Amino acid sequence: MKVKSRIVFFIVVFGLWLLLCMAFDWEHVLIGAVVACFVSLIAGDIFVTRPHVLKNPLRYLWFMYYVPLFIWECLKANLDVAYRVIHPMRPIKPGIVKVKTGLKSETGLTFLANSITLTPGTMSVDFDREKGILYIHWINVASMDIEKATERIVARFERVLAKIFE
Amino acid sequence: MIEIAGIIFITVGLLFDLLGCIGLVRMPDVYNRLQASTKCVTFGTCSIMFGTFLMVGFNATGMKALLCIIFVALTAPVSAHALSRAAHKSGIKLWDKSVVDQYREDCPAE
Repeated sequence: MKVKSRIVFFIVVFGLWLLLCMAFDWEHVLIGAVVACFVSLIAGDIFVTRPHVLKNPLRYLWFMYYVPLFIWECLKANLDVAYRVIHPMRPIKPGIVKVKTGLKSETGLTFLANSITLTPGTMSVDFDREKGILYIHWINVASMDIEKATERIVARFERVLAKIFE
Repeated sequence: MIEIAGIIFITVGLLFDLLGCIGLVRMPDVYNRLQASTKCVTFGTCSIMFGTFLMVGFNATGMKALLCIIFVALTAPVSAHALSRAAHKSGIKLWDKSVVDQYREDCPAE
């Protein structure tokens, strides 16, 4: 039955509902609880597949570290793109390169691909889960070698994400 | 004071949204356009929402703005990934001056 997954999912969905309406009278809470119960019974085991990892407090600490890192990289990415867009010569040298990753879990890979897309000059196009390879569109290819590209693109996030999601 | 901070965030967001749109016009192919528009528009929109949150404060509207930041930040890269992958699978070429395409070497289009 995967009761734990359903309970976690219920808490998330119910909390989201309360935040969305920001009204704590009994009608809102009751409707929210009923609907959240229904949804978590139907779909609770799809979204949360490994409820045991949520218990580890270290993961939350690393997540706290990851968020400002991500926002900082995101800001740099925007200034970088702004420079390339405004520059009259359009200084780009695009291409698709391969990089390796050691992450295995679905959530970890999703976060890695999303982080890569929102950081300077790179966008994830596809990945091969068996081989652990990501295909990255790079707006300014600095190296076609798989090792060097991995170091430039993936390494700064992979270390943190492995601690959070693996 | 907090109103001024909100206005600054909204202005910065609008500026980045504008740059994203300029990038959409100026970049040479699908992939570069996606890069410019995804990054700038995600950050710009998040910044606008954060400015809105600062201006209205902790009520239903402000909370919705904060939740929207999370949803936009999670879904925009996924849609960019889906679009670029679909474009590549359907055989859209990279720009002529692109230096390398290791994806085409591994998974040739049908």
